[in-house]
Amino acid sequence: MELDSKFPAGPIETRWDRHRFSLKLVNPANKRKHTIIVVGTGLAGGSAAATLGELGYNVKCFCFQDSPRRAHSIAAQGGINAAKNYHNDGDSVYRLFYDTVKGGDFRSRESNVYRLAQISLNIIDQCVAQGVPFAREYSGYLDNRSFGGAQVSRTFYARGQTGQQLLLGAYQALERQIGAGQVAMFPRTEMLDVIVIDGRARGIVTRNLITGRVESHLADAVVLGTGGYGNVYYLSTNAKGSNATAIWRAHKRGALFANPCFTQIHPTCIPVSGDYQSKLTLMSESLRNDGRVWVPLKKGDSRPPSQIPENERDYYLERRYPSFGNLVPRDVASRNAKLVCDDGRGVGETGLAVYLDFRDAIERLGRHTIKERYGNLFDMYERITGEDPYQVPMRIYPAIHYTMGGLWVDYNLMTTIPGLYAIGECNFSDHGANRLGASALMQGLADGYFVLPNTINDYIASVKLEKADTSHPAVREAESQVTCLTKRLLDNKGTRSVDSFHRELGKLMWDYCGMSRTAEGLQHALSEIPAMRERFWHDVKVLGGGEELNQSLEKAGRVADFFELSELMCLDALERNESCGGHFREEYQTPDGEAARDDDRYSYVAAWEFHGVGNRPGLHKEPLAFEYVHPAQRSYK
Amino acid sequence: MRIVLHIWRQRNANERGRMVRYELPNVSEHMSFLEMLDVLNEDLIAKGEDPVAFDHDCREGICGMCGCMVNGIAHGPLPGTTLCQLHMRHFKDGDELYLEPWRAKAFPVVKDLVVDRCAFDRLIAAGGFISASTGSAPDGNAILVPKEIADHSMDAAACIGCGACVAMCPNASASLFMGAKVAHLGLLPQGQPERHRRVKAMVAQAKAEMFGSCTNIGECEAVCPKDIRLEVIARMNGDFLKASFADRSAGDGEG
Repeated sequence: MELDSKFPAGPIETRWDRHRFSLKLVNPANKRKHTIIVVGTGLAGGSAAATLGELGYNVKCFCFQDSPRRAHSIAAQGGINAAKNYHNDGDSVYRLFYDTVKGGDFRSRESNVYRLAQISLNIIDQCVAQGVPFAREYSGYLDNRSFGGAQVSRTFYARGQTGQQLLLGAYQALERQIGAGQVAMFPRTEMLDVIVIDGRARGIVTRNLITGRVESHLADAVVLGTGGYGNVYYLSTNAKGSNATAIWRAHKRGALFANPCFTQIHPTCIPVSGDYQSKLTLMSESLRNDGRVWVPLKKGDSRPPSQIPENERDYYLERRYPSFGNLVPRDVASRNAKLVCDDGRGVGETGLAVYLDFRDAIERLGRHTIKERYGNLFDMYERITGEDPYQVPMRIYPAIHYTMGGLWVDYNLMTTIPGLYAIGECNFSDHGANRLGASALMQGLADGYFVLPNTINDYIASVKLEKADTSHPAVREAESQVTCLTKRLLDNKGTRSVDSFHRELGKLMWDYCGMSRTAEGLQHALSEIPAMRERFWHDVKVLGGGEELNQSLEKAGRVADFFELSELMCLDALERNESCGGHFREEYQTPDGEAARDDDRYSYVAAWEFHGVGNRPGLHKEPLAFEYVHPAQRSYK
Repeated sequence: MRIVLHIWRQRNANERGRMVRYELPNVSEHMSFLEMLDVLNEDLIAKGEDPVAFDHDCREGICGMCGCMVNGIAHGPLPGTTLCQLHMRHFKDGDELYLEPWRAKAFPVVKDLVVDRCAFDRLIAAGGFISASTGSAPDGNAILVPKEIADHSMDAAACIGCGACVAMCPNASASLFMGAKVAHLGLLPQGQPERHRRVKAMVAQAKAEMFGSCTNIGECEAVCPKDIRLEVIARMNGDFLKASFADRSAGDGEG
């Protein structure tokens, strides 16, 4: 298979403009004759569904939660980047582009990243117009703050609830289209397969989570905005329901899966406290603006933090990276936390935590200012841990947060199945091997509001689709696959709960395909996963029936997919014999412990083709060319 | 510690429900309330009994999906806290807790502690938005919003749509939820053109959804996990009154 990324040649500054001009249009009066399915209602899916509705398409939109407003984008705290340069501090579209390519450790596609930086400007305007209450200065102008991996202030925010406010903007735009009859919304409905007719995506098979009814929906194109797969690890900052089922089943129907091993570990999460733990809670990266990260200099120092004098503290990020200090990118901050903990200098009961201390900031700025900036985060920390961060430093540890990998898409955001698009976190395209803070919201909204609604017209206008109805053999086949899987899970007379298997898989993945990886560890995981998967299918116990609300059944289907995806992640991590971004292979590091990339051999996107469960997938490579930002070792020193 | 739970069990919307008693002998004080329910469900599955259905997703207090009545209080005893953020250290050994789903005509029970809150979405669809189609926006700084106004708007916009206000209200009124949206958008300059139309359409929709009227009891404010203040209801009432007089022809709600 030849991977054609379809980005235009010529000067990067005008690529998107020229490309848009070359795309075919659909006459406004004809748009209503076409139906587009959008799965997922986060920033990407929600904004896409709303915008496609505004354009006049018939949209059918699906989410598994009870309302489109629940999608996990809502939990993003810190902010959204845009190269507005409102602060006159040297920012520009080019600098945002540069920072994002460098931050992604030179494993993303330049053309996509440049477009993202350009569109960042429109996103802020759009969101303001919708009534997103961004933070303002007393003059009434928009306020900004700085964020990890950047030396300019380009992050727009709404207290610590930026994701919530942006999502509500998209949700309200979507509800407006629902009220106008332009979008039909299907909440509590889970997509379980893609229907491919004559090589093109023509619909999806869904299960109504309340009645259990399996149904097919047909359309002219299908858009997935279903988020990332961080829940492979069981414990992550993702919502409990976040899952990979939509993209994995699309993968099994022929969509290539790119860079599955590129996962992001967020450095500032509340540490694990017990084996009943169900999820990990993120403390926004913006806290590193004012908080200082440290551990005791001495190993096993169990004194309370207030009794450790200044000269016995190691502010290790400020020491190792004087120019970026506590604001180094996420992968660097996470790896350093792991290093000091592995060195026996971690704090707290488990020794798997470091301090994030606001003492100096409170002295300098006053409690009031700190409360205004981070009040809700401090409250959340106190609710969970029972400790007051105004008095005692926070304890934090890295946790799985985001997945840069996802379905391979071209410049139009189309997967390798014609008519199937992937937007937002579920595609691989913009963040390379590491995503910078405040860039996920930017990408989700860029894809949904501005990119996809332009590129999808070209597909709709160029293809002549045969009429299809639900009696088509491809529809029948997809439906029966879904029904068989449900029946197989329910009929299994096993002894163990779905969660117990999920925890077991998650631990294995965290240990061997987590913050740092080795060939030996990955080989071990690759030998364990198939056996574990076998045990799952042999011994999983799912109670209840298929024709009712059955939360165990929902989870079982998702975990079954995680068992397959996890194997691909390990394989991809094993094949990539270099360290880059969030993918740190212990064998490949510089003498001072930084990630050592191998641009000669690995400057490509690894796109995997499914060849059946348990069979080795096929590897396709999209070479990456860097015409503008020349690869160099990422230095934040 | 030992916790006794009495949980509302109801197979589906049509069957009758009943309270069932469960005993949990080993609850850690560090667990969240929902983690305690996870532990209960693991036990039930091991025994071959149907686990308790409850809604939840982010478990960070922001998605608004979780929530049930705990001893008659929506989201339990800790003010300003969703159920997922409530930790067991706020209870004591031997406590008996009665868990029931949100009770309101507009929120029919789906199963056990799960209810259908789609009526909230229909309230927003009726008018809870600013009509700014993608692509039509001026520069973000072209619309100045004084900091105090932006902060006030943000206070109201923090609503997570969990439904605790409706569940706690003796009238099952959605006024706090609607008021929050009317205030969030109506405070901002961008929200002015549709201000009257919005409030009329939302009030009309609330009536159609069988939400009750507000009689200023204030239970909603007391249980709101995001501390939305009663003043948003006053603001909505004021806007509604003005809208009813000012432009009787505008708005498609019957008002």
